[in-house]
Amino acid sequence: MLKATPEKVTERTALRINPAKTCQPIGAMYAALGIHRCLPHSDGSQGCCSYHRMQLTRHFKEPVMASTSSFTEGASVFGGGSNLKTAIKNIFSIYEPDVIAVHTTCLSETIGDDLNSIITQAEVPEGKYVIHANTPSYVGSHVTGYANMVKGMVDYLAQNSGKANGKLNVLPGFISPGDVREIKRILNLFEIPFIMLPDTSGVLDSPMTGKFEMYPKGGTRVSEIIDAGNSEYTLALGQFASTEAATALEKKCQVPLSVLKVPIGIEATDAFLMQLVKLTGKEVPEILEEERGQLVDLMLDCHPYFYGQKVAVFGDPDTVIALTEFLISLGMVPRYVLTGTPGESFTRTVEQMLQDAGLTGTVKNAGDLFELHQWIKKEPVDLLIGNTHGKYIARAENIPFVRFGFPILDRYAHQYLPTTGYKGAIQLISKMADALMDKKDRECPEEEFELVM
Amino acid sequence: MQGKKSIPIREREKFIFYNTKGSDAKGSHTKGIDTQGSDFSPTCRDSQGSGKSHTLLCDTESVAGSVSQRACVYCGARVVLNPITDAYHIVHGPIGCASYTWDIRGSLSSGSETYRNSFSTDLHEKDVIFGGEKKLAGAIEEIVAQYAPKLIFVYSTCIVGVIGDDVEAVCRLAEAKHGIRVIPVKSPGFAGHKSMGYKAACEALLTLFGKEKRQKVYGVNILGDFNLAGEMWILTGYLQQMGIPVLARITGDSSYAQLLRAPEACLNLVQCAGSMTYLAKRMKELYSTPFLKVSFYGLEDTKQSLLALAEALSDEEARDKALVLIEKEEKRIQEELDFYRRKLKGKKAAIYVGGGFKAISLIKQFRDLGMETVLVGTQTGKPEDYAVLRELTEEGTVILDDTNPYELEMFIREQGADILVGGVKERPLAYKLGVAFCDHNHERRHPLAGFEGAVNFAREVYESIFSPVWSLVAAERTAYMDIENNTEKANGHYNHGRRHPIVAFKGARDYAREMKEIEARVEEGGGGL
Repeated sequence: MLKATPEKVTERTALRINPAKTCQPIGAMYAALGIHRCLPHSDGSQGCCSYHRMQLTRHFKEPVMASTSSFTEGASVFGGGSNLKTAIKNIFSIYEPDVIAVHTTCLSETIGDDLNSIITQAEVPEGKYVIHANTPSYVGSHVTGYANMVKGMVDYLAQNSGKANGKLNVLPGFISPGDVREIKRILNLFEIPFIMLPDTSGVLDSPMTGKFEMYPKGGTRVSEIIDAGNSEYTLALGQFASTEAATALEKKCQVPLSVLKVPIGIEATDAFLMQLVKLTGKEVPEILEEERGQLVDLMLDCHPYFYGQKVAVFGDPDTVIALTEFLISLGMVPRYVLTGTPGESFTRTVEQMLQDAGLTGTVKNAGDLFELHQWIKKEPVDLLIGNTHGKYIARAENIPFVRFGFPILDRYAHQYLPTTGYKGAIQLISKMADALMDKKDRECPEEEFELVM
Repeated sequence: MQGKKSIPIREREKFIFYNTKGSDAKGSHTKGIDTQGSDFSPTCRDSQGSGKSHTLLCDTESVAGSVSQRACVYCGARVVLNPITDAYHIVHGPIGCASYTWDIRGSLSSGSETYRNSFSTDLHEKDVIFGGEKKLAGAIEEIVAQYAPKLIFVYSTCIVGVIGDDVEAVCRLAEAKHGIRVIPVKSPGFAGHKSMGYKAACEALLTLFGKEKRQKVYGVNILGDFNLAGEMWILTGYLQQMGIPVLARITGDSSYAQLLRAPEACLNLVQCAGSMTYLAKRMKELYSTPFLKVSFYGLEDTKQSLLALAEALSDEEARDKALVLIEKEEKRIQEELDFYRRKLKGKKAAIYVGGGFKAISLIKQFRDLGMETVLVGTQTGKPEDYAVLRELTEEGTVILDDTNPYELEMFIREQGADILVGGVKERPLAYKLGVAFCDHNHERRHPLAGFEGAVNFAREVYESIFSPVWSLVAAERTAYMDIENNTEKANGHYNHGRRHPIVAFKGARDYAREMKEIEARVEEGGGGL
C-alpha cells in the first residue's frame, strides 16, 4: 500500500504527508468528557463536532456526546456570538448537563469571537456552569487542546476557600480510561484521598447496562473541581498535557505541584510511587511491591528476546517519552522516536535519555509518518509502536506492530487495558513479545521453528 | 418509556413526523415551510400533541446546540472525490480536516493506492495571519518534486474561506507551470451541510471533464458508487455479463485517465442519487448524456435496475442476458435468503443513513425479509425523498431529518425497533440501547450491493439480532435495575438485596463492590496527606 514511499528524504516545508497528530478541539472534547454530566460543545461549523465524535467513537467504541454551534455563512461574517448563546440556552433546556465545556475551532478563532464576554452574556441557569478553552486548530495538536481544556476547568471552577481538604490532585494527561483506572487503583491502594482531573474512566469505558446514559456514572464531579483549589498538592502527569493546568492552579489557589512522567514503564511508575511516598510518608503497599517484583521477573524472563531489538515509536509526546524510557530499560534500542506535536522539549528529553543510555537514535517533534517511513526504509527496525495509522508502514515493511496511543481504530478492548503502572508495563511486555514472537513463528525456517521459546 | 413522549426539542419539531398517510397531509402549512416545489407535505406532530400539522423541514442547517449526527461541506466533497485512486488530494487547512478523513472511506482500488495517503498544508498560526497561498503553492511544488502527479485536488476548508486565500489562482498557476490538472474544490465547512459538499465535488469533476461535447460510444458511466468493500466491482461484473462496457466509474476505483472518458458515455447510471444527481443533470446539459437513477441495494431494486438499464439502452440482447443473470443469481442465493426470511419475519427495523435513496432501498430490503421499518431518517434527504419514504412506510412510522442521539433513543424505544441501520456514531448508541446494528456506511464489513450484497445484508442483520450476547445484555439490564432500585431503598448500599443473582458476573461484581468499599473507607478518612 505504501510501497510508493521513496527512500530518499527530500526537504518539505509546506507539505504534510500522513500526520502523526490531529487538531486541538478533539483533545478539548476528550478532556471535557472527563467531567461528570458535562456536554462538550464545539464552537464552529457542524463538521468539526461530527468528526471529533466520530473519531472518539471509533477509538472507544462508545457513544460520544457533544454539541455544536452549527456556524453558517452568516456566523462567519457577523460573528458566532448569537449561535453560541442560542446553543447554550438550548443545551441547558434540552440536554440538562451540569456543565457545558466550550472549545473554539479555527473558524470561531479566526472570526475573532470573544468567548469570555459571550459566555458572560449567556443565560446560564442557577447552579450550572459554562467553561471554555481556546483551541484554534492551527496551533499545537490534540494534546495541547487537551491541556488547554484542563486549564480551562481550573480557570473557571477551582477555588481556594481557605479550608484544606487533605487531598491530592492528580492530572492524568491524555491517556485512556483504562490507564486512569489503574492510577486510581494505585492511589486507592495507598489509601490516599485524591481528585482526578479530568477522569474519563466510567465515561468512555462504561459498562453495558442495557440503558443509554447521556451522562454515564464516571467523570470528575464539578464540586471536586472546585475543591481542587483546596488540595495539598498537585501531581501533573505528562509535561505536555498537564503542566499548564497545574501551574494555573498554583497561581490561582496556591496549590504546589510537581510534574512527573506519565507512569508508563517501570521507571516512571517507580518515580510516581516514590513521589506518593514522599508526599504522604506512607509505605508502598505490599500488593504494589509484589506487582513490581512480578514485572522485574518478567523483564528477566524475556530479556533475550528484547535485547538489542531496534524499535520505532511514534505518538503523543508524554506517553512516547515514558514508553521510550521503558524500552531502554528492557535493553531495546529506540532507533526512531517521533511525535507530531510540536515542542522542542520532546526532542531534548528523548535525546538526553538516549545519550544517557549510550544509544543513538533519530528524534523529531512536529514530524509525520511519511518521514518515519522513509527512515525505516533506509534502515529497518524490528518493532514498530504507535497508533493505528502505523499499520500501513508495518505492512509495507513487514515489521511487527504494537498499537499504542491515540487513535486505535482497528482493535478492541484497549480502552479497558492499562499501559500505566506495573500492571500496564506487564501488559506492554506481553504485547511486544507476542508481536515479535508471532512473526518469528510465522516466518522462521522449519528447522528453526521451536515449541519452547 | 411510558406512552408517547413529546418531541424534546421545540426547534426540532419541524424535522419530525409520524406517517399518517393520507389524513390531513396537504395544505396546512402552519409553519410556512418551503419544500422546494414538492407537493409533499406530511403532517408532523407538535409537542402538545394537538394534532396541528405542518410540512417536514429538511435540507437546512442543524439547530444551534444540537448533538447533530451530520457533517460539513468539506466532508461531503471529500467523501465523493476521495475514491479517485491516483489523484493527490491536498487538504488546504489546519491538520484536523486532513487527519479525520485520512483513508476512512473504505473504498477499494484495483490500481493506485495514492489516495490512501493524507496530504495537507497543515496550516499554522502565521499562515492564518499572512495567508496560506504560498504554503499551498509550496505543497503542490513538493508533490510535483516527489512524485509525477497527473491530477491534484485542492480542498478549501473553513479557515481558507475566512482568510480569503485565492485558491483558484494558485491552482491555475500550478497547472500552467507543471502541465498537470490542479483542481480547486470549494468546500469551506460553514457554507452549508454535506449536500453542498457533494455539489462542490461534482463541480470539481466537471472542471476535470471539460465543457466540450464529445463523440458518443456504446458504454455507460456509473455515478455514485464508491467501491466500499468492492461494491463497484460487483456492479461492473453484472454489466460485463450483460455486454455493456463501463467507461468511467465515478468515483469508486476510478483513475484520472478513466474519468476523462466520462463525456463519451451514452448513459449515466446514478446509484447514490443524493451526491450525484447534480452531476448527472449537468452532464445532460453539457454532453447530452441521459441518466437513469438506479439502486443495487436489495433484490427488488437490483433486478429492476438491471432491466431498466437494458431498456434505457434499448438493448434487447442485454435484456436477455440480464434475465439469465437474474435467474442464475436468484437461484444461487435463494436458499440462504429464505433461511433469513424465516428467522427475521416480524422483526422491526430503524434506519438512519446519509441520503434518501439508500433509505428507500433499505425499506424495500427489509420488507423483502418480512421486516417492518418503524423509524427512518436521513442526514441530507430532499423533500422528494421524504415523499417516497412516506409512501413506502406504514402508518405510524416515524420519519425524521438530521436527528440526534436523544431522538434516536426516544423513538427506537417507543417504536420497539430490533435493529438500527446507520453509520459510525450510531453503532455504540444502538448497542447501549440493547438494539442490534448494521453499518451501511463507511464501516461496512462486506459488500452490501447486488445479489451477493443482499445476502450479506440479511446475514448481518440476522447475526446481529440473534447474537447470544443479547441474552447477557438483558441479564445486565435486570441486574442494574435491581441495583438502582435497591440502592434507593437501602439508602446507598450498593449491592444489597439483589433479586436476580447473575452467576456469571459475580466475580466482577464482588470486585467492583470491594473497590467501592475501599473508596468509601478512603472517603471517610482512611488516609490524609
